[in-house]
Amino acid sequence: MGFLPFVFPLAELEVGQHLYWQIGNFRIHGQVFMTSWLLIGALLALVVIGTKKMERDPKGVQNLLEFLWDYIRDLARTQIGEKVYRDWMPFIGTLFLFIFVSNWGGALVPWKLIELPSGELGAPTADINTTVALALLVSLSYFYAGLSNKGLRYFEYYVHPTPIMLPFKIVEDFTKPLSLSFRLFGNILADELVVAVLVFLVPLVLPVPVMFLGLFTSAIQALIFATLAAYYIGEAVEEHH
Amino acid sequence: MPTLFLFGASEGGLFDFDATLPLMAVQVVLLTFILNALFFKPVGRVVEEREDYVNTSRAEAKKKIAEVEQLETELKDQLKEARLEAQKVILEAEQDSENLYKEALALANSEANASRENARREIDLQRDEALNQLKSEADNLGDLIIERLLAKK
Repeated sequence: MGFLPFVFPLAELEVGQHLYWQIGNFRIHGQVFMTSWLLIGALLALVVIGTKKMERDPKGVQNLLEFLWDYIRDLARTQIGEKVYRDWMPFIGTLFLFIFVSNWGGALVPWKLIELPSGELGAPTADINTTVALALLVSLSYFYAGLSNKGLRYFEYYVHPTPIMLPFKIVEDFTKPLSLSFRLFGNILADELVVAVLVFLVPLVLPVPVMFLGLFTSAIQALIFATLAAYYIGEAVEEHH
Repeated sequence: MPTLFLFGASEGGLFDFDATLPLMAVQVVLLTFILNALFFKPVGRVVEEREDYVNTSRAEAKKKIAEVEQLETELKDQLKEARLEAQKVILEAEQDSENLYKEALALANSEANASRENARREIDLQRDEALNQLKSEADNLGDLIIERLLAKK
């Protein structure tokens, strides 16, 4: 650690270091993909196990999956509306599940045990590339949802209820992905940093409540991201009269 | 060692954008399709089938309850009718038995009267007979007394 006067052997802070993989002319952050593949694999394994033998009286993992499905449906239905929520439910649900397993995976799995030549494993959502990718997908989705549902009448939204709103609505199109990505990125990175710093300074007891707080924050952030994404889509498909 | 907030650096940093971004976007889109096929569609089908099943079962149960209630009222009506009929039958039977009793009483009375009348008539007859006999005997005795008296003289 460069910026601290002493080095503790138990934990080490590495911020802004990445494990680079070279693909052609492009470079990607290897640690992000390694953790995301592992977590996506775990998520898919859970889904495959839970849907293998589904019955009318749900048992075991099927219960959990149905609870998640119901939760996501309620989320999508309340934000997007009865008419088109079915089209967007998989996207909203995937955002929620991916962010949720990424956040919790980053907080619960002891990635530190795995040594990398550079950088360290952690929540994929603690990397700005991931959160910006998700936020841009949300932007594309609400534009697509608005245009496919209302055609060019979608742009009425920009002058609704008065044309004075036009500049604000245009600015909103930029602030929406910005706030979405930075909120998620900041929360998850801050949580990881707080835990890492606390473990670094006081390796016993004290980090535990902060870790629980981190789990809470992680779940809340996944919910906030999915809810806002659904809300933006709902706003785009809403009919003005 | 990169510092904590390294903007726009060529190597590393917190805000190090590169091909991770589009690849991650593609990955999430792929995940959306995979989860749609493996999770949202099948689970949705099962949940909605169950909701349909519960709704139809509930509707059927309601229909059956209505049927049962209708049957109950019908049966109650029938029971009331039957009770009324039974009361009528009891009343009729009581009247019948009273009539029979009265008839029997009247018959017995008339029979008793008739036999008393007969007895009276017979008594009268026998008394008349006895009287006649007594009279004739008295006449004979009188004649005899007269004869004897006349013979002595």
